This record gives sequence, C-alpha cells and structure tokens, in this order.
Amino acid sequence: MKLSIQVNEGPYNHEASVTALNYTKAALEAGHEIFRVFFYHDGVNNGTRYTTPPQDDMHIANSWSELADKHGLDLVVCVAAAQRRGIVDEGEQERNGKDGNNIAPGFRISGLGQLIEAGIQSERLVVFGD
Amino acid sequence: MSILHTVNKSPFDRNSLESCVRLAAKGGAVLMIEDGVYGAMKGTSKSEVVSNAMNDLTFYVLGPDLKARGVDESKLIDGIKVVDYNGFVNLTVENDKVQSWL
Amino acid sequence: MSETKQFMYVNRKAPYGTIYAWESLEVVLIGAAFEQDVRLAFVDDGVYQLCKGQDTTGLGIKNFSATYKALGDYDVNKIYIEKESLDARGLTLDDLMPLVYEDENDDWAEKDSIKVVSSQEMAELFEQSDVLFNF
Repeated sequence: MKLSIQVNEGPYNHEASVTALNYTKAALEAGHEIFRVFFYHDGVNNGTRYTTPPQDDMHIANSWSELADKHGLDLVVCVAAAQRRGIVDEGEQERNGKDGNNIAPGFRISGLGQLIEAGIQSERLVVFGD
Repeated sequence: MSILHTVNKSPFDRNSLESCVRLAAKGGAVLMIEDGVYGAMKGTSKSEVVSNAMNDLTFYVLGPDLKARGVDESKLIDGIKVVDYNGFVNLTVENDKVQSWL
Repeated sequence: MSETKQFMYVNRKAPYGTIYAWESLEVVLIGAAFEQDVRLAFVDDGVYQLCKGQDTTGLGIKNFSATYKALGDYDVNKIYIEKESLDARGLTLDDLMPLVYEDENDDWAEKDSIKVVSSQEMAELFEQSDVLFNF
C-alpha cells in the first residue's frame, strides 16, 4: 500500500519523530511504499545535519538520512516552516543571502503543495505530532 | 468505512482520549501510543473512558511505548490488545484512514 | 491529478499559544489551489481560533484571524463546528466571527460557511472524508 507520513515535531523534544521513524521502518519492512515523509511545524528540525547528540543517544537526523539512502525515501521539509526555524539548503541560502546551509543528506526543501499532493496520491496519510 | 484513531496524550494531562471516544464512529479502532498508553491502564480515574467505549470501538496499545514506561501488560484494561510497530502499520492498512488526536 | 478527494482539516488547538493553528491555516490556503473537496472541522480548543475581537498588538505577533474571513474567496466554505465544544467553553455562534461565501450557483448570494453540528454528525463527517489532516 502507498503511505505518506507527516512529522510535526522536532527530534529530542517530543517522541513523535521517533514514533514516525519506527513506523516508517516497519512499513518498509512489511513491503509498503512510502510515497513521501513530510516535515512540518518543528518537525523541520529533523532535517539539519548539524545535529550532534551524545554518542549513547539515538541520532535521529542520521537515521532518517540512512533510511532515505537505503530505500530512496522522499524526505520533504516544508519551506515556510523551515525558513521560520533556520533550516536552509543551498537554494535557500542563495535566495535569502545566508552564510551557510544545514540541510541533512536525503532531505529536500519544498512547498506545502507537497503535503497536499501526498494526501491526494497516497492511500493513507499518518500524522505524528504533539 | 472505519477509522484508525491514534491517541498520544496521557488522559490525566489532556482531553485527547475523551475527544477521540466522543467523536469516533462505531466500528473504529483506537491505538494508544507515546504518553497515550497511560490511558490503557486499569484502576485509574480515567479507565472508564476506555471501558465504557469498548462495545463500539476496539482498543490497542503500542507495546514498545508500554515497555519504555515500565507499564506491565497485566496492568491493562481487559480486552485491550498490544501491538508492535508492525501491528500499527497493519491497523493503518486494515482501516480506511487515520485520525491523529494530537 | 484528476482524482478528487474529500479533505478534512481538523483543528483542535487554540491560536497564539502554539503555532499549530496558524500553520495549519497555511496548509488550507495552499491546499485550496488543488481543487479537492475541502472541509474544516473545529473541535475542542480549535473553536477559540474563530473567536471575535482577536487583537495581538500587545504581543507584537501577527494577528491571523482575518485570514479565516478570506476562506470563502478560496472556495473553502464548508466549515463545521462541534456544538459540544462550544457549549463546554460557554460559547455560542455570536462569539465567533461570521464566515461567509458567495454562492456562484445561486446568483452570488452571500451564505454562511459555518455549520454547527453535534458530536455524532461530526463523527459522520470524519467517516465520509478520504483524508484527515491533523495538526
């Protein structure tokens, strides 16, 4: 079945991103297709490569990136939410004159239309948040 | 037509579980996850929210969230089923859509 | 994308205390361009989003309440409010902003977008939807 996931909370503050990650892994293992994972609200904070948790803690951003690499997941960070919270890719860096970017591998920044499209194209939308 | 409802709030902190039960149509499934698993325990001031709705709705609880919080399955209200993440995925597929009571 | 789905945006959170209300309204506005069958539900503290007289000048943050009044121009005119949520908060329709739209099938007559429904009717609306957006 074709599923999409929405993640509304950042890592470490709320369990939502961990639940979403474990759910996504289980869905892939069961042979389902993940059409898209859309990060919204503080969920955009899952997508920064500057995340550096203590070594004995789960690395949530890396876990998403590894999953994307292994399964070709489409990890989309909402541009409006990302701009508010300082998540920047090369394009956004250039457009907004920032001195760097921090998007993690496997993530891309795009518009809210990507969430709507996920709702239209997927057979189920599962939302994780606070 | 049926909805899988997820509840991720402790019923002692927020009204998500009560709102879910009030607004869930008969035949739906309710999966308690994250802090929502506290709503699955028997002998609490909120246990009736679940037990009163059991004729109309099927209740599930996410096992890994129970274990993380040290809640033994013997403490659960009778009739609540424990599932893992794979079971969560199956519930998503078996129902027509998902309503997250955030 | 020729397929039309029934979208239900479920609003359960009060404005300003958290950003969820405003950022979910942004989704509704973007989503309006996709020509799906769109409905909005306001339950629990979500009903506070529609209260009259919002004024954020003392906070210095954006007052987005006027945006709800523009929803009719975006063809978003099926707005359902749960009566039990209003009652529990001591609110009536008079406490809420009137939301209207112009009906193109009725000589552009101005009509109410808001419909107050019971919990049971709201549950049925959720059942009828294809996709539920929760924020």
